[in-house]
Amino acid sequence: MADSPSLSRPEDRAHAREATAADGTRVALDDVAIRRALVRIAHEVVERNESIEDLYLVAIPNGGVPLARVIAAQVKEIAGVDLPVGILDTTLYRDDLAARGERPPLRKTEMPSAVDERVVVLVDDVVSTGRTIRAAMDALMDFGRPRGVQVVGLVDRGHRELPIKIDYVGKNIPTQREDRVILRGSSGDLEGELEVVVHEGASA
Amino acid sequence: MMGRDLLGIEDLERADLERILETAERMQEVGRRDVKKVPTLRGRTLVNLFFESSTRTRTSFEIAGKRLSADVVNFSPSSSSLTKAESILDTAMTLDAMDPDAVIVRHKVAGVPKRIADALAAPVINAGDGAHEHPTQALLDCFTVKQEKGRFDGLTVTIIGDITHSRVARSNLYAFSKLGAEVRLAAPPTMLPAGVEALGAKAYTSLREALEGADVVMVLRIQQERLDGCFFPSIREYASTFGIDRRKLRFAKDDAIVMHPGPVNRGVEISHDLADQRPGVILDQVRNGVAVRMAVLYLFAGRSAKREG
Repeated sequence: MADSPSLSRPEDRAHAREATAADGTRVALDDVAIRRALVRIAHEVVERNESIEDLYLVAIPNGGVPLARVIAAQVKEIAGVDLPVGILDTTLYRDDLAARGERPPLRKTEMPSAVDERVVVLVDDVVSTGRTIRAAMDALMDFGRPRGVQVVGLVDRGHRELPIKIDYVGKNIPTQREDRVILRGSSGDLEGELEVVVHEGASA
Repeated sequence: MMGRDLLGIEDLERADLERILETAERMQEVGRRDVKKVPTLRGRTLVNLFFESSTRTRTSFEIAGKRLSADVVNFSPSSSSLTKAESILDTAMTLDAMDPDAVIVRHKVAGVPKRIADALAAPVINAGDGAHEHPTQALLDCFTVKQEKGRFDGLTVTIIGDITHSRVARSNLYAFSKLGAEVRLAAPPTMLPAGVEALGAKAYTSLREALEGADVVMVLRIQQERLDGCFFPSIREYASTFGIDRRKLRFAKDDAIVMHPGPVNRGVEISHDLADQRPGVILDQVRNGVAVRMAVLYLFAGRSAKREG
């Protein structure tokens, strides 16, 4: 294991271990906690941006999509502004395609508004290495020239490999590199109540 | 699971076809962007190895490759050393030594892409071989039907023309059958091979019966070189009995679509007005060809997986 446990804060790890179920998975964020985090993030987004009308929420599928919708609804409640919500698949921009034998499935991209002169807020569920955000920024530039790009990560699990900063973090969850952290829904893929679970030591 | 090469629809499962069509849908969105280019195959080299000329198919593959940022090299016999009697395999292996990430092969003899695939390290994509298969044409036809009709189950697809010599008919027969549609083949008896029922199609020598209740009317190109042959007496007779015009189209469903792989012989297999309908499904087929070939290149070209066995 190249990664040492001592890199993460000991108090977080102790807390995490307590909640670990027998099958090696634990719920890191339940539906209530996720919604609370998204409400806070929506407030922060409104607070940090002067012209809210210029914001454009762009979700990275699949996990970012339900999150961006909740944030959009919250921003409408707080500021009375209907923000456009786009979906941007980053698969064709990944940097590891050549190394993989099997091609990953492509997800839907839907960009209902132009990105030019807008401040794009990328919304992802779990941010780790930063490579997905890098790919998303490259993809975004092919759609135009945004005035700025900000990033929402519901979970920041660390292990950054690129100089990528998350502007709005739902929760920092220290993990081992080989852990798997996923956002899932109680019914169907991302339907119903959402939760973030950590599979410890699981190989993807 | 799909293999390394795309040689024919016959080798694919329904799930493979659905995966390619779904990927093509995503690629279609790329084609609608301002910047119609993604970096997916950057640094990869694709070779269009066309022993039989086909500007349309070659151009479609070339645009598809370039939209994925691949370098595309066109190699055709007129501009090659084939005139120096270099063998097909020698040519292919010479190209292979330059490490392409995929070789797209068109040849007038059935089975050549398979022979080349067996000899090369690079994956091979069949762009049409003799009367055998033309898989990307069938895929773009299926894609077009899916966009028009939204489904395959319960659809009736009637393919009309020189079935015996048509790789388009053969690939489409496999593709639409696997996807759950009913396939009918209609032709004069001399152009209808024996045994198509064994492949799951219904054969008709009456156009009217073949069109009854059809959702998709697929008209094949009558090859000029066969026109003076022994397959049918005259163009005029073919046009009057099997050529598709508005009057004959009335036998099909009201919302039936008319498709043609191009290039069209107006007034022979299809009437002028049907060939030139705007907006027309026939040009959509061409448009969809790029998205489908992007999907095929994404799924087959430049993967690191090594040849099995």
